[in-house]
Amino acid sequence: MNQAPAPHDISIRYFAWVREKVGCSEERVTLPDSLQTIADVIGWMQSRGDGYAAAFAVPNAVRAALDQKHVKADAKIGDAREIAFFPPVTGG
Amino acid sequence: MTVSVQEADFDVAAEITALCRNDVSIGAIATFIGKVRGEAHGHILQAMALEHYPGMTEAELTRIEGLARARFQLTASRIVHRVGTLFPGDNIVLVIACAAHRHDALKATDFLMDYLKTSAPFWKKETDASGNGTWVDARTADEAALSRWTADAP
Repeated sequence: MNQAPAPHDISIRYFAWVREKVGCSEERVTLPDSLQTIADVIGWMQSRGDGYAAAFAVPNAVRAALDQKHVKADAKIGDAREIAFFPPVTGG
Repeated sequence: MTVSVQEADFDVAAEITALCRNDVSIGAIATFIGKVRGEAHGHILQAMALEHYPGMTEAELTRIEGLARARFQLTASRIVHRVGTLFPGDNIVLVIACAAHRHDALKATDFLMDYLKTSAPFWKKETDASGNGTWVDARTADEAALSRWTADAP
């Protein structure tokens, strides 16, 4: 087993227009301890700069995955290693 | 039961042969092929870029295939979805469902596409003739289509 990352030290990935607005596809961040849920992280994202504010301006327009599984905004971050934010999917 | 996410085009006949070869329990094979249209929202479409979430995409497609296998009597199934830059007339997605009888094969194909469209992490960006790119909005009709499968018992 690899050593587990420190709590709240996590990879964040962005896709489609969320990626374009944020200005990067992936980053490692240390989440403030006060953030418990996906909704908390979205609120924090809005404060990180203009690109983030634009990407997360309408929280309901953004979907999330925790460790590559779809989750709702009230999902707890827990000890997840990866969060992803993206628009509703449009494949097929 | 396999899924593939790839830039390359797929050969429908070769995929069917590879999936069903030597299996005489198969009496019905249904396929769905999704293609890029040359027009979108009244504009001429020049190209379509398909982005995805490597790792999660394959996991979601495999999960969806599992749901179909639990719900329908399938002998074999296959999902191939392309990513990268595609042009009008290009193939996007292939779904194959093999069963003893046609209803399971046909319904499974429909079911797989409804679930794929609402949960597999792909995103389309359309480029029009002037070079303007627009991310495709999710359709509420796709969510409504999904409810057909949850309204009745599995």
